[in-house]
Amino acid sequence: MRPPTPLTGEPTQRDIDAAMAEADRRPPPDPDHPDRDYPPYRSSALRHPKQAPLPVVDPEAVELTGPVFGVTDVSALDNDLTLGQTGEPAGQRITITGRVLDRTGRPLAGQLVEIWQANAAGRYAHDLDQHPAPLDPNFTGSGRCLTDSDGEYNFTTIRPGAYPWRNHLNAWRPAHIHFSLFGTAFTQRMVTQMYFPGDPLFPYDPVLRSVTDQSARDRLVAVYDHDLSLPEWTLGYRWDIVLGGPARTLFEDR
Amino acid sequence: MTPQPDPHPPGGHAPGWLPPTPAQTVGPFFGYALPFTGGGHIAGHGDPDTITVHGRVFDGASGPVPDALVEIWQADRDGCLAGAPGSLRHDQVTSEVVGRDGTAFTGFGRVPTDADGHWAVRTVAPGPHRPGATPYLAVAVFARGLLRHLYTRVYLPERADHVRADFPDLPAERLDTLLAVRERAGLYRFDIRLQGERETVFFDFC
Ligand SMILES: [Fe+2]
Repeated sequence: MRPPTPLTGEPTQRDIDAAMAEADRRPPPDPDHPDRDYPPYRSSALRHPKQAPLPVVDPEAVELTGPVFGVTDVSALDNDLTLGQTGEPAGQRITITGRVLDRTGRPLAGQLVEIWQANAAGRYAHDLDQHPAPLDPNFTGSGRCLTDSDGEYNFTTIRPGAYPWRNHLNAWRPAHIHFSLFGTAFTQRMVTQMYFPGDPLFPYDPVLRSVTDQSARDRLVAVYDHDLSLPEWTLGYRWDIVLGGPARTLFEDR
Repeated sequence: MTPQPDPHPPGGHAPGWLPPTPAQTVGPFFGYALPFTGGGHIAGHGDPDTITVHGRVFDGASGPVPDALVEIWQADRDGCLAGAPGSLRHDQVTSEVVGRDGTAFTGFGRVPTDADGHWAVRTVAPGPHRPGATPYLAVAVFARGLLRHLYTRVYLPERADHVRADFPDLPAERLDTLLAVRERAGLYRFDIRLQGERETVFFDFC
């Protein structure tokens, strides 16, 4: 394999750095989340609403309830992404565990947690990911589980690689795992990404930096937990997830 | 990272509340992980009175969005919001997701847009979730380029008068973006415009 012909006429990292610095100076509408209008992430340009969202205060809105999932929605092997193929996937085996909480700190049991990720070489098992890194016949990279009675989820997988993308010249995403969660109300629905501690690509990545508040950004980064590592088997990471949503969802007893 | 109490709770929330985990875009590669077999078949097998709701997702240049994910949450035709589990039911031999069993109403649908930005679900018209409420399908939209998902609602045009009464301050051309268009009996069109002319009304829940 040889490197592909680089993009030309695209913004450089320096251009994106300047745009990120400018966005940092503009306070986001909600410091806990990215502003959907974030110019350094260029695909957001045509995909963010220009109108302000319409506030809803109806305490009986449909959105204060949500779908539920149960034993038929997951299989026992779904939380181990290294299984299901004839061989072992390449890469560093890891486990990720954490609790799913609401904002009062109450653990959310029986919650569906879905994840997907690139393989160890940084390639997704998706036809539209054509960057010249090898696919792994033993790794697809999607999994799911239900949280236990303590609100805890647990996945075994391999550490994903960083990967290039075409936001700008020499753009690389830091290694990350995509997460999808529901909560007890549709308003708590959450899709996010988990990162690995100490990744040198953090300062260059407009997706992570779209969360402009540093303490909020830190909440997207897992911690290495040596007590979760298993001898001669896996390295352990811990990442707790707090679902937001309107205050009313916290006092509904469902 | 282990959550620490929020030192500056936003919006006057009680101190000590945990700050939420921030959202991040669904990205372009969710297609082998999130969509599931029968994700758009919310109505049960053999239901004699189903409706199909479909449409396209457009960006601010009126181009189709081929990498969006549309999720639906709704009441059943009696207005009941106690959706059953089992949307992603598994085959126990192969561990493949085979989808719901066709009897229990889960109220949840999930469909990716196709290369032309099109999506469709087959469901039932929801009933009022409380006496006098105007029923609707709750919608969450995810896409590459969208850093945090968006919420909107599909109202059926037969209830247009109620919808107008529910949103008295909304200009007519904005309100129209929440009303599906009846194409023929049982077939409704609902386009989602993320930006620009006739931009869909999106909601923020307080
Ligand atoms: Fe990714």
